[in-house]
Amino acid sequence: MKTLLASTALMLSLALPAIAQEYQPDPNARPGGSIIITYKDDVATLDPAIGYDWQNWSMIKSIFDGLMDYVPGTTELRPGLAERYEISDDGMTFTFHLRQGVKFHNGREMTAEDVKYSLDRVTDPATQSPGAGFFGSIAGFEAAGPDGLSGVEVVDPLTVKITLSRPDATFLHVMALNFASVVPQEAVAAAGDDFGKQPVGTGAFSLAEWTLGQRLVFQKNADYWRGGVPYLDSITFEVGQEPIVALLRLQQGEVDVPGDGIPPAKFTEVMADPEQAARVVEGGQLHTGYITLNVNTPPFDNVKVRQAVNMAINKERITQIINGRAVPATQPLPPTMPGYTDGYAGYPFDPAAAKALLAEAGLAEGFETELYVMNTDPNPRIAQAIQQDLAGIGIKASIQSLAQANVIEAGGNGSAPMIWSGGMAWIADFPDPSNFYGPILGCAGAVEGGWNWSWYCNEALDAKAVEADSITDPAAVDARLKLWSDVYMGVMADAPWVPVFNEQRYTMKSPRMGGADALYVDPVSIPVNYDYVYVTE
Amino acid sequence: MAAYLVRRLIQSALILLGVSFITFLLLFVLPADPVRQIAGRSATPQTVANIREQLGLDQPFVVQYARYLGGLVQGDLGRSYLQKTEVATLIAARLPATLLLMAGAILCELVLGLTMGVIAALRRGRIADQALMMTSFIAVSAPQFVVSLLLLYVFAVRLGWFPIGGYGTFAHLVLPALTLGILGSGWYSRMMRSAMIDVLRTDYIRTARAKGLGRARVILRHALPNAVLPVIAMIGIDIGIFMGGIVVVESVFGWPGIGQLAWQGIQRIDIPIIMGVTLVSACAIVIGNLLADLVTPFIDPRIRLR
Repeated sequence: MKTLLASTALMLSLALPAIAQEYQPDPNARPGGSIIITYKDDVATLDPAIGYDWQNWSMIKSIFDGLMDYVPGTTELRPGLAERYEISDDGMTFTFHLRQGVKFHNGREMTAEDVKYSLDRVTDPATQSPGAGFFGSIAGFEAAGPDGLSGVEVVDPLTVKITLSRPDATFLHVMALNFASVVPQEAVAAAGDDFGKQPVGTGAFSLAEWTLGQRLVFQKNADYWRGGVPYLDSITFEVGQEPIVALLRLQQGEVDVPGDGIPPAKFTEVMADPEQAARVVEGGQLHTGYITLNVNTPPFDNVKVRQAVNMAINKERITQIINGRAVPATQPLPPTMPGYTDGYAGYPFDPAAAKALLAEAGLAEGFETELYVMNTDPNPRIAQAIQQDLAGIGIKASIQSLAQANVIEAGGNGSAPMIWSGGMAWIADFPDPSNFYGPILGCAGAVEGGWNWSWYCNEALDAKAVEADSITDPAAVDARLKLWSDVYMGVMADAPWVPVFNEQRYTMKSPRMGGADALYVDPVSIPVNYDYVYVTE
Repeated sequence: MAAYLVRRLIQSALILLGVSFITFLLLFVLPADPVRQIAGRSATPQTVANIREQLGLDQPFVVQYARYLGGLVQGDLGRSYLQKTEVATLIAARLPATLLLMAGAILCELVLGLTMGVIAALRRGRIADQALMMTSFIAVSAPQFVVSLLLLYVFAVRLGWFPIGGYGTFAHLVLPALTLGILGSGWYSRMMRSAMIDVLRTDYIRTARAKGLGRARVILRHALPNAVLPVIAMIGIDIGIFMGGIVVVESVFGWPGIGQLAWQGIQRIDIPIIMGVTLVSACAIVIGNLLADLVTPFIDPRIRLR
């Protein structure tokens, strides 16, 4: 019987791989205590419709909740404010049943009206949300405005029905994004544009104090609807702290987690000390660093030239430049992403073959071009390595080292022949292969002001991507991932990118910090999942 | 005097207008688009266009600048593009920290600079003079990020006398104020030295000595007050120098002042923040210079303001 149960559970989990079981609480966790986290940059906002930065992403996750959520430390979806949901057979209607008795920090009970208000708000152009585009599959999105989305309907106080205008296999992930967090209308109305400084949510922590430019204090939400968490009584975020200063303070025992990680210049030193290295948690992240080759700019309009560049770059050497804090990439998707093509080796490093390809393209003598790069370390050093590799096959690339905004501008207006993506590289918003395609490799992004800096537009692949995202049946998830794998293999054949490396994440913590390592390199609550970590003393 | 003051105030207003125009123009021609920073990488072209229209960034330069000035004369510095908070609120929250740091820095540079200058003048031409002038030369030339990191490493990390960055207590203030003070002390010691040498050559000092006054009394009672006053009038001009250096020092020491705010605004092309901090800094410099000029005739009655 036991075997039967286990195998049934296994079958169920295979049939619904995206929906995980409840998280098992850490038996060693003890409630209480306070920790100190540092960041270099000030926190711009805690408004979930607006915040899109490294430092505020996981803070917002701790103050707010959405209908969907992830199992801590993993990329597996689990229900959040929605207790359960149903998907219609055609995949076009999602009905969410809300948990009863969930309270906002202001004491009011959360209802379906709040869910509708929050989705209407984030898609209203007046809100200026950078995440509005994620909700494009909801019916009525094109006409979104002060009147709200026609596709979001309140059935009763605990039921919301969302109708889509096209099938969207990623829709549950979208409902787990910060942008889909549920906010109380009266608090937004009272604070106006300052809601980002006076946030009110349903999350595990509430904002207790914010001294602009100095410090934020989060305090435990004693009424949190998820039982048993959070463990910590409070978290203090100190902002304006250089990573090097934060590391020194950590070594003195004044800081628990430096939010910006270990500064590159100190990485080797820290890892060489066994006592410190033991407190460093390493994890993958959904990131790829790449070189874009602008297919509209000769000679990169010739696929042979693009393939030659792919074979000219010594990716191993580039990972050494960043102290081995990355693994060489073979394809656009990072290895931890569903849909990653196992067994595909990518273009080999082979300068002789690359030269032969250039000769076939009629460029045996090489050519001159420009490589755009963001001007913060280590990106100019990586650009120099790329420059040397290109020189090895006769390509003379001059480096344009500029501020981030200027590189983004040159990519978006098509004036940059080559861009090294470092400092701007794609970190997935949600763990799904579609997130690496549309804006950065699809036709939709190959527009003035877009993020597809290769200006690569393959309509056959776009059609395949749409086909993949129309497969909403959870049982057909493998077929969907196979389609996505085909899309990225098609991209590699056309070689608009040189995928260079997938960065690893390293989080250092103080000796008193407890909780599974996965919480410190959480792929979703970046950089740390504050709701589940605890202190041991 | 009143006419002079009116003329100077009008001049100051024109300088601020010029600063606002040049800064606004530079931000306008910059090959980087603030809307794309706001809209983010997932935005549709429609979203980008909407935001551009809402912020009025689709308008010609003249219209945008006129709108900004219109707000400015009503005391409205606008709202941050990315934080959505009022720029005036953001600056007001950070200004006290910057002013405190400046006060500390001025104190440090005066104490260090004047002491060094007086000793060098009294030991003119000797080894102490040469050593002090060499020190002041290094102090003036050393890059601030080097001085700040050096002080941080030695006094906070190694010796543990002061906290490693941060804000709140007197101990937090010492190292950042010292960093800025060391830079300023180089200038002050040189000015103090030459002023003191000039004064020591004057007839009234010779008279005082001839009267048989003691050396200490001659220096402290007669020479120092006369030499130090013109030097002190330089403080107003200092404020401008500090405004430039404060970005680096605030960044290294995690000092929550307006320099940090400016740096973060520049990185994200948050135009209202950049404009706001620039104008506040320009105001400080203009006021500082004005005060320096106004104070001078009280110190030295030979100078008249016209």
